[in-house]
Amino acid sequence: MKFDRALRRKIFSHSMTVLSGLAIVAILVPLAAVIYEAAVLGGSVFNVAFFTQGIPYPCSPHPGATCQQGGIAPAIQGSFIMMGIASLISVPLGIGAAIFAVEYGAHRPWARAIGMAADVLAGVPAIVAGVFIYALLVIYDPTISFSALAGGLALSIIMVPIVTRTTEEALRVVPNSVREAALALGISRWKTSIRIVLVAALPGVLTGVLLAFARALGDAAALLIVDGGGLYGFRGFNQQVAAVPIWMFTFATSPYKNWVTLAWGAGLFLILLVLALSVVSRLVLDRMTKKMRGG
Amino acid sequence: MSLGNPFPPPASRARLRAAKWGDRIFLVLTGLGAAGVIGLLVAFVAVLYYKAQPTIKLLGFSFLYTQIWNPTGGVYGVVPFAVGTLLTSGLALLIAVPLSLGAAIFLTQQAPQWMRRPVGQVIELLASVPSIIYGFWGLIVLVPIMRVDVEPLLKEYLGWTGWFGGTPIGLDVLTASVVLSIMAIPTITAVSRDSMAAVPLSQKEAAISLGATDWEVTRRAVVPYARSGIVAGVTLGLGRALGETMAVTLVIGNKSAIPTSLFSQGQTITSLLANDFFEQATPLELPALIEAALVLLVITLAVTIIGRVILARFQRSGTAGLE
Repeated sequence: MKFDRALRRKIFSHSMTVLSGLAIVAILVPLAAVIYEAAVLGGSVFNVAFFTQGIPYPCSPHPGATCQQGGIAPAIQGSFIMMGIASLISVPLGIGAAIFAVEYGAHRPWARAIGMAADVLAGVPAIVAGVFIYALLVIYDPTISFSALAGGLALSIIMVPIVTRTTEEALRVVPNSVREAALALGISRWKTSIRIVLVAALPGVLTGVLLAFARALGDAAALLIVDGGGLYGFRGFNQQVAAVPIWMFTFATSPYKNWVTLAWGAGLFLILLVLALSVVSRLVLDRMTKKMRGG
Repeated sequence: MSLGNPFPPPASRARLRAAKWGDRIFLVLTGLGAAGVIGLLVAFVAVLYYKAQPTIKLLGFSFLYTQIWNPTGGVYGVVPFAVGTLLTSGLALLIAVPLSLGAAIFLTQQAPQWMRRPVGQVIELLASVPSIIYGFWGLIVLVPIMRVDVEPLLKEYLGWTGWFGGTPIGLDVLTASVVLSIMAIPTITAVSRDSMAAVPLSQKEAAISLGATDWEVTRRAVVPYARSGIVAGVTLGLGRALGETMAVTLVIGNKSAIPTSLFSQGQTITSLLANDFFEQATPLELPALIEAALVLLVITLAVTIIGRVILARFQRSGTAGLE
């Protein structure tokens, strides 16, 4: 009887191991399929034209005819302009809030309130952020509620909580003795915060900023509400501007062959950019932590 | 942190004054940042509430329980979309949580050493792939597979449950849930893997010394210790599923009615916003859409807060938690 039970437990344990092994196969197969599809189909349009030309005439190839391939140059330009606006707003705002929470508010209730607010904001759906910016700008000035500026503002809302949270965590890791040493040397508080604590926390801060950048760059939902994409590159901050994820959405839902292929190209472009950002942030993190340890 | 320096270094009065002003300005600037983050949250609710006033005044609470959305008839009810959102996200979690936990357990407990880090990093990377790519893949690759292979099978063998009625066409609630689960899996796996990897060896050794099998070590020592990380991961995944727009809009079929089976075309609050925000049938539809966005905001706020309450309870109950 006793032997039986031990055997049963062992068999159960082994079958759970097999099941968890199957789980990882089950999750990696569809994820690999997504990346594979994007790499193969998207890779086929990766050439000079893809990065320099604009949207092609819609076309599905008839026998004997070829379609113009075109590219996503205006969308790349638009995406980066809106990301620039978003970064200019969210990076100082998020870092400022985090410094305030950690350097001035340790153990005080509103320091926790900032963390809580950032957590809650991080959970706000991107499309609701878009609706919020639209509603806000419509009150203020309806003519700019659908523009590159509005798009940048909406993307900044996606970035702010990520920057705040990661900066906060990075600042908290800096030991208090560092602050005390700086203050004991007569260095003023703000210089201590910026030149010593923030610098020590820089790898973490940078990783957070890159993470936020990657998240906002690929987001189409917020932009759908406040910018809508459009066909053209940058024509002014109060004008609609094209964006990569929006074009991907437009192309994906179109019946035209060359547009669908271009959508895969846009998808591969986004994947590679996110990949590059995360590799860069990891390298920065590694190198800077090594440098700091090595003195 | 109050650090009065009892031995101020010799400094000119002007420098001291400059430092004092520098401190003040810096305090104000960072304080503005802090106020901005908190203010943003307050502004969110206030602005949406203000712009939704016309329908809130006109329809009152009926917006929350009316089951029909018919802008031309002047009838607005959020129920079909709230059901769509909760149904797809719930189903997605049902698929994603067991698979993600299984994968996290495998990666931290059973996998050979050489594959733990690389596979973990790849999964972390997949968590940051833009959702529209998953949606596009769902539309082009998954929808035909669901229509031709998966759904007829489900209908044949599980049709009696009533969940799989109607014609399987691929663009439906089930496909949307599958795409959402594929999207949520890397997030949940990455966070729970981190917390399972942080379980101290002594915990596991204690269980092993008591004669526990591999599974019992995981079940009794690892999972309880890592539970706050697991809850955090699931909350994060749920939050992403609830708020996901593009991936869902592409595959759910976009029909404004309460789904009657998993093969029904449906609509989530997010896909409603994506589809209708700029094609409003009547002037009153805009405030109705903004009110729907407000409802979604409240749902996601509730999920975030419930997640935090559970975490706080875990931490108070004494299990060494990870946040």
